[in-house]
Amino acid sequence: MPDLEQEAAESRQHGGPVRFFMRFTREQRYMHAVLFTTFLGLAATGLPIRFSESIWARGLAKGVGGFGAILFFHKFFALVLTVAFLIHVKEVFTRGVVNREKGVFWGPNSMVANWKDAKDLFGHLRWFVGLGPKPKFDRYAYWEKFDYWAVFWGMIVIGFSGYAMWFAPFFAHFLPGWALNAVLVIHSEEGLLAILFIFSIHFVNTHLRPDSFPMDMVVFTGVESEEEFAHKRPLEYERLKREGRLDARLGEAPQTWLVNFSRVVGTVAIVIGLTLLVLTLTAYFS
Amino acid sequence: MSGARNFFRSDRTSELDAWAEVCNTEAGDGRRRLVPEKEDGRMGEAAGTRLLELASRATAMMRSGVLVAGVGAALLFGAGRLNAQADCLACHGDATMQDGNGHSIAVDGKTFGDSIHGSLQCTDCHTNIKEYPHPEQVTKVECKTCHADEAQGLSGSVHADSKEHPCTSCHGNAHTIFPKADSRSAVYPLNVPKTCGNCHGTEGMAKKHGLASVYPLYVDSIHGFALSKEGLLVAANCQSCHGSHHILSHTNPESPTYKANIPKTCGSCHAKINDDYSHGAHGKAVAAGNMKAPVCTDCHTAHAILQPTESAFRMQSTPICGSCHTDKLSTYRDTFHSQLGSLGGYVETARCWDCHGAHEILPASDPRSPINKANLVATCGKCHAGANLSFVQYQPHANAHDRKLNPALYFVRLFMNILLAGTLTFFVIHTLLWLIRARYNQIKKKSTDGGKDA
Repeated sequence: MPDLEQEAAESRQHGGPVRFFMRFTREQRYMHAVLFTTFLGLAATGLPIRFSESIWARGLAKGVGGFGAILFFHKFFALVLTVAFLIHVKEVFTRGVVNREKGVFWGPNSMVANWKDAKDLFGHLRWFVGLGPKPKFDRYAYWEKFDYWAVFWGMIVIGFSGYAMWFAPFFAHFLPGWALNAVLVIHSEEGLLAILFIFSIHFVNTHLRPDSFPMDMVVFTGVESEEEFAHKRPLEYERLKREGRLDARLGEAPQTWLVNFSRVVGTVAIVIGLTLLVLTLTAYFS
Repeated sequence: MSGARNFFRSDRTSELDAWAEVCNTEAGDGRRRLVPEKEDGRMGEAAGTRLLELASRATAMMRSGVLVAGVGAALLFGAGRLNAQADCLACHGDATMQDGNGHSIAVDGKTFGDSIHGSLQCTDCHTNIKEYPHPEQVTKVECKTCHADEAQGLSGSVHADSKEHPCTSCHGNAHTIFPKADSRSAVYPLNVPKTCGNCHGTEGMAKKHGLASVYPLYVDSIHGFALSKEGLLVAANCQSCHGSHHILSHTNPESPTYKANIPKTCGSCHAKINDDYSHGAHGKAVAAGNMKAPVCTDCHTAHAILQPTESAFRMQSTPICGSCHTDKLSTYRDTFHSQLGSLGGYVETARCWDCHGAHEILPASDPRSPINKANLVATCGKCHAGANLSFVQYQPHANAHDRKLNPALYFVRLFMNILLAGTLTFFVIHTLLWLIRARYNQIKKKSTDGGKDA
C-alpha cells in the first residue's frame, strides 16, 4: 500500500477524513501470520536438504541449529502448519456446512473460482498488452483465489507426502512400493514450486507491484483506505455502497505502532523470502 | 669460557703426561709446549684444542718415518694402545668434545654402557682407530660387518641411496642404540612413527623427495591414536605395514604395500576382516587380478585411517564407493538418505555399507547378502523401526529419469516438473506484463498530476 501518511495527507487536501474499511478479520490475519512464519521456517529448513550439495546448504543447516536440528525444526513447523490448516478447514466446514452460511462456496465472497474469474484473467491479460479495459475485480480477484488454492492444494500434497516419509513404515501398509520413492519427488518438487511461487509471484502480485509497493499492509492491519478499496476492488465497493452496507464495514485507522510493526515483520519476511529465492535459483541453475 | 673442566682423570694423568712428553719432544722446535704445566689437574679449552691439533701433526710426523727414540719407548710402554672403552672415554667422555669441523665426538659413557652395544669395545666398530694419536683418515663405521642381513635388506630398499647414514637415521645416535623392546629405542613401537616422521612428516623433506607428508595423517588416524593415546604396542606403526629394513615402493610387486598385497598386510592383524573381504565381491575381484577393485586402503585410506563410525569417515565413505559405482552414486544422491546425510553432522542416514555391508559385499542374488530380498526387512529395520515387507519395496537407487526401470516414478516426476515449469512460466509472464502495465499507468497518472514522482 502506498504510504499511509502520505495518502492521508493527500486525502485531507481533498477534504474529509480518510475512511478505513475492514477486509480481513483478526483471525484471518493471525492465520496469515502463522502461515508465512511456518512457511519461511519450512523453506529455510527444507531448501538445504533439497539442495544438500550446494555450498550454502551446510552453512544454512548450521545456521538453523545444526544438522540434527534441521529436520527437527522442519517437522516442528510442519506440525504447526498442519494444525493451522486443520483449524481453517474446520472453520470453513462449520460456516459452510454446519451453519449453512451463505456465500462460503459461491458468490463474490467465496474463494471458489467462477466464470467471472476466467473472464477476468483473460480481460486482465488483454489489458496488460493494451487490448482492452482493466477488468473490475470483486472481493477476491482471480490471482488471489489462485494463491489460496495453490496453498490449499500445496498443503495437502506437501503435507501428505511429508507425513508419508516421516511415517514411511506405517504408510507402506496402504501405499504401493513405488509410492515411497515418489513421495520424495512430489514433496521436493511441490515444495520448490511453492517456494518459487510465493517468493516471486505472490510477493510481486500482492506486495511489490506499483499499486501496493512496497507491501500491502491490509493483511497485517486488516483495514484499507476507502480510496484503495475503491481502486482495487471496485465491484465490491460499489455493491456495498449500492446496498447501503458500506458503513457496516467501516474500520478504524490502523495504529501507528501496528503499521510500523507490520512493516518490520513484512520487510523481514520479504527479505528472507527473496534471499531463499536467490539461493534456490543459484542451486537450481548451477 | 665457561670454566676449565676436568679433562684428565687423576688415574690417567701419568699416562697422558707421558704422551705430552712425547709430543713436546717431537715438537721440540721452539713452539710452545703442547700441554701446559698442570694446574690442579685442569687444562684450558684452548689448550685442549691445541692438543688435538698438534696431536695430528705428531701423527703425520710419525707416519713420515721421523720416529724419535722417545716414541718407541712410549709405545713399548703400551701408552698408545687403545683397548678398553675407558681409554677412549678418557677424552670422548667430555660432553663438549668436538673435532676440527666442530662436530661432536663426545660419547656418554653411561648411556653407551647401557645400550645394546655397550659390551663392545669402541675399536670393534671404529676399526682403524687402534691407538692415539688417531689416524688422519678415520674409516666409516660399517654396521653391516655384524648386521649383514639388515644391510642386505636395506641395500635393495627405498632407503638404499639415502645420503644420510641409513642406520643411524632410524636407530638414532650410534652410541645410544637400544633393543627395539626398550622404550628408549628409536624403533620401539611407540617411537617408530616419530622416528619415521622425522623425514616423512615435514613439508621440506616431503617436497625435496616428492614424498607425501604422511606422519600428520598417521597421528590422527585410528592407528596413530591407539599408539600415542592408548600406548597400544600392537597398534600398527609404520613398519607394521612397510617393513623395516627392506622397505619397498608400493609400486614394487614384492612390497607389502603393493595393491595386491594390501589385504594380506592388513590381514596380518585384521584376520577376520580379511577373511570376510576375501569372500566378498571386492576381495574376489582382487584375487582374480582385477586391480580396479578396491583393497583396504582404497576405502580406509593408507595413513589417515578413521574409526568407521566417526562422522568424518561416514561423510567421506560414500564418494569413495561412488568413484567407481558412479551410476549408483547418482541415484543415491536423489534420495533422502543422501540429501540429509550430505549436510554433514546428521550421519545416521544410510551410507553404502550400511546396506551393502563393508567387507563381505555380496550380490543381491546371494542369500547371505544384506540386500537379498529375504534380508531386506532386517537390513532396513536396522534404522527404520517397523519396517515391513511393503516398506522394503522402496528402491534406494530408483532412477526417476529411467522410464523402463521406474515407470511410475518417471511419470510422477514428469508431471511434477511440468506442473512446476508450467505454473511458473505462466505466472512469470503474467506478472511481468502486469508490472510493466501498472508502472506505465502509474507514471501516466502521476504525470497528469503534475509530474510528481513520475
